[in-house]
Amino acid sequence: MINNSTMNRVDWPAQVSKIRLFLTVQLPALYKRYPFAVIGAATLLLMIFIAIFAPFLATVDPQAVAPLNRLKPPSWEYWFGTDALGRDVYSRVMYGTRVSLTVGISVAVLSTVIGLAIGLITGFVRWVDAIVMRIMDGLMSIPSILLAIALMALTKASIENVIIAITIAEVPRVVRLVRSLVLGLREQPYVEAAAASGTPLLKTLLRHILPNIAAPLLVQATYICASAMITEAILSFIGAGTPPNIPSWGNIMAESRSLFQIAGYLILFPSIFLSATVLAVNYLGDGLRDALDPRLSRRM
Amino acid sequence: MSQATGKSILEVKDLRTYFYTRDGVVRSVDGVSFSISEGETLAIVGESGCGKSVTSLSLLRLIPSPPGKIVSGSVLYHGKDLLKLSEDEMRDIRGDKISMIFQEPMTSLNPVLTVGRQISEVLELHRHCTKEQAHERILELLKLVNISEPERRINEYPHQLSGGMRQRIMIAMALACDPEILIADEPTTALDVTIQAQILNLIRELRDRTRAAIILITHDLGVVAEMAQRVVVMYAGRKVEEASVFDLFAKPMHPYTLGLLNSMPRLDDSSSKRLVEIPGMVPSMRTEIVGCAFAPRCSKASERCLIESPVLQDFGNGHTVACWNPVAVLRDKA
Repeated sequence: MINNSTMNRVDWPAQVSKIRLFLTVQLPALYKRYPFAVIGAATLLLMIFIAIFAPFLATVDPQAVAPLNRLKPPSWEYWFGTDALGRDVYSRVMYGTRVSLTVGISVAVLSTVIGLAIGLITGFVRWVDAIVMRIMDGLMSIPSILLAIALMALTKASIENVIIAITIAEVPRVVRLVRSLVLGLREQPYVEAAAASGTPLLKTLLRHILPNIAAPLLVQATYICASAMITEAILSFIGAGTPPNIPSWGNIMAESRSLFQIAGYLILFPSIFLSATVLAVNYLGDGLRDALDPRLSRRM
Repeated sequence: MSQATGKSILEVKDLRTYFYTRDGVVRSVDGVSFSISEGETLAIVGESGCGKSVTSLSLLRLIPSPPGKIVSGSVLYHGKDLLKLSEDEMRDIRGDKISMIFQEPMTSLNPVLTVGRQISEVLELHRHCTKEQAHERILELLKLVNISEPERRINEYPHQLSGGMRQRIMIAMALACDPEILIADEPTTALDVTIQAQILNLIRELRDRTRAAIILITHDLGVVAEMAQRVVVMYAGRKVEEASVFDLFAKPMHPYTLGLLNSMPRLDDSSSKRLVEIPGMVPSMRTEIVGCAFAPRCSKASERCLIESPVLQDFGNGHTVACWNPVAVLRDKA
């Protein structure tokens, strides 16, 4: 019974068996080979799910102040307890996931793209290299948190500015990585062979150099993502990051700092989420590194 | 000789390529001249570091600069000096009119690109052909270099191929645009002996079919004897002898050439004599060489050799030698 209407309709039984195959055969096989990567990816997917559906997962408005219910320990009603203003910590943590993931992923993408562009140029053009790398060395000599604090002090608190500040601090590391890879690759015979067959520089960069640095760069991006999430939390914790009206894990911890001795759970829950997310991203990075290393992988 | 039509398509005159390093100027190629005609195979032989590869890279202007620089000379391709062309014009020649096969088939292919993609790059650059045309041409090329199952190989990555196959792919890439001149820089050095023979046969077959001139860079005199019509012997960046392959093996005139030939084991020599080596070492090219570069290692060196640089003398039949005391004796051929 094959006609147009059935062709256009989704073949549900096939989809279901595909999903079943993935869950029962492919996923366990993947888990057996890269257990940490699968755990990391699963945790990260969960966090992304939480971030997207935070409004549905949160029980109340994370900003709603309820002075009568302040400093309630975790209970059936307030799963993670309430803070000094009676705000529901569970709802705040759910919303905080958005900030951490936004910052982590944006910084990873931005600094990778910017670092890649600068790194490719410095790796190939020697006089640019001399100038740009000294600037990068200068940036790297300042501890990244200090640099981010300084940049935040110059601007006003907003998530965009947090992202920009952390990106500036992370870019030199990407540039260093890309440049060192490019310096190694440009001596490869196939790059020379490309030149011998008349390939222009830009094409050589895009077609011969870029695919060869994609794997290490992707791995580096995951580490940057993890480190950016921690930096964001630190900046929020010391009050130089996400503005206080937006719940972020760092903000929740910062506000609970003085109450640590009487209401430790206030710090406990956001820090568990932060640690779990950072760990997940790092596991994913390690797994990607193992999977993408051409010497270890079976298929490219 | 027999196959050359006599019309020279590439003429190298007094080529000098120097490298300006921190420890001084390295004169890698110091006044080398030769020419090559259509369909001819010219071998450039010499020890490691004598400037063979730098010569070939200089022809395509692929010398890394800095520190390298082509100081003087001319490379006339159909009368047009390649050294005077703009970078864009030069790029149009590379891979199209003059192409190159590299030494290392293992690393000369990009590990992340399929075979088909790499060959198509050359075609896209110089022939501007469509995907379908390129695909057709690639299959044709793969068949030309005797690769079995070209339809399958075209989608494979370099690590799925053996060394011999990779070298065939390199050759297919070099031939993609029907070049007039093919520079083969030690095309068989990294391969084992049986594969070497196959690759050499292939190159010879393709030369006869495409009428491309081949500049064969090698240190293997066996390969020279098998492939070339004329030979240029280089020593310390200079050309010391040029002759037809027959003349060179039959009556080498430069003491260095003689030394090279004597240091080669021969199958027809049953006596288990020790091979004759050339005493001493290749001179450092960092200092300017006064007189003949080979003089310190030469048994026939005279006072004059240490002071005055020998000039090329023509001994007829295109046999030129740069030596004050050329070996006159006919080398016995038994």
